[in-house]
Amino acid sequence: MAAANTRLRAIKLYKELHRLGREYPDPGYNFLGKLRRGFERNRNLTDPEEIEKALALGDYIKKETLALYSLRKYRYLKRTYSKPEGHDL
Amino acid sequence: MRPTPPSCMRLLVPVKRCVDYTVKIRVNAQQTGIDTNVKHSMNPFDEIAVEEAVRLRERHKEKIENIKLVSIGPPKAAEIIRTGLAMGADEGVHVEVPETAPQPEPLGVAKALAALIKKEGKPIDMVIMGKQAIDGDNGMTGQMLAGLLGWGQATFASKVELLDGDKEVKVTREVDGGLEEIKVKLPAVITTDLRLKEPRYASLPNIMKAKKKKIEKVTPSDLGVDLTPLLETVKVTEPPKRVGGAKVENVDELVAKLKAAGVV
Repeated sequence: MAAANTRLRAIKLYKELHRLGREYPDPGYNFLGKLRRGFERNRNLTDPEEIEKALALGDYIKKETLALYSLRKYRYLKRTYSKPEGHDL
Repeated sequence: MRPTPPSCMRLLVPVKRCVDYTVKIRVNAQQTGIDTNVKHSMNPFDEIAVEEAVRLRERHKEKIENIKLVSIGPPKAAEIIRTGLAMGADEGVHVEVPETAPQPEPLGVAKALAALIKKEGKPIDMVIMGKQAIDGDNGMTGQMLAGLLGWGQATFASKVELLDGDKEVKVTREVDGGLEEIKVKLPAVITTDLRLKEPRYASLPNIMKAKKKKIEKVTPSDLGVDLTPLLETVKVTEPPKRVGGAKVENVDELVAKLKAAGVV
């Protein structure tokens, strides 16, 4: 039962990361390729602790990517729609 | 003694399907507009508006009964409403405009929104929308809507607080030279500025759940509104290409070049 549970979690994580990775801004960085290889490298893990560590790493990458996207958008909007500080127009 | 019923506020959040902010805009071959065969997404300022509505409800659970989204646009605008529903709104209305029709103007959008609000069975207490769309950059729709409805408005909001009694909101506005705090009686129109909220990410499970939420389809004629543009776009051109600069050896040469350019 535990194996089925972690399998579902891994699939859910992969789907989420794949969806995020489609919009990765740097075309030189093969996000989706690295995602696939990362998951394939860990496909035969059996130790529950190692599985948890791998899932946690995936979660961390998801959060980092989300932070990258929102910061990028915020900076673009700030640059485009705010007057620079300290300028008297 | 009857207990006082919780106030049931209803929020309306108009959202627009815009060209995505990452797209490099190109003028189309006929010079009548931009190339729209590109990636589209929800206007970032509207994302902030949806986030503000959802957070207001998280903070005042018993007070806000319903968050409704509305989008006026082509069939694909329904995807934008789905994203908003995934962020936490309850239901949506899609005022469908044909794919080939020209983009509605701010006055047309404001009239359609006003008609929709008047048609609503239960009254809307607050309209929260983006200050401007990143493709049109008009920044007029919120103000026009407030004018048509005769409601107060608080534009460029960077903070919104519901005051006790739920009859007013206190809004901090971003203005030239700093921040301005005003109190607005409800119902009111609030337009969002960048620093109001950081929009949440619509995760895959939430998007799946959003598929069950209702999106009502109406047409502009159902609302009694004509969205044909009143303005004619004569020409759209790209800004002139930057001419390369030149290096000068010393101050004299700089002065000579400035004189030649007629600037000095």
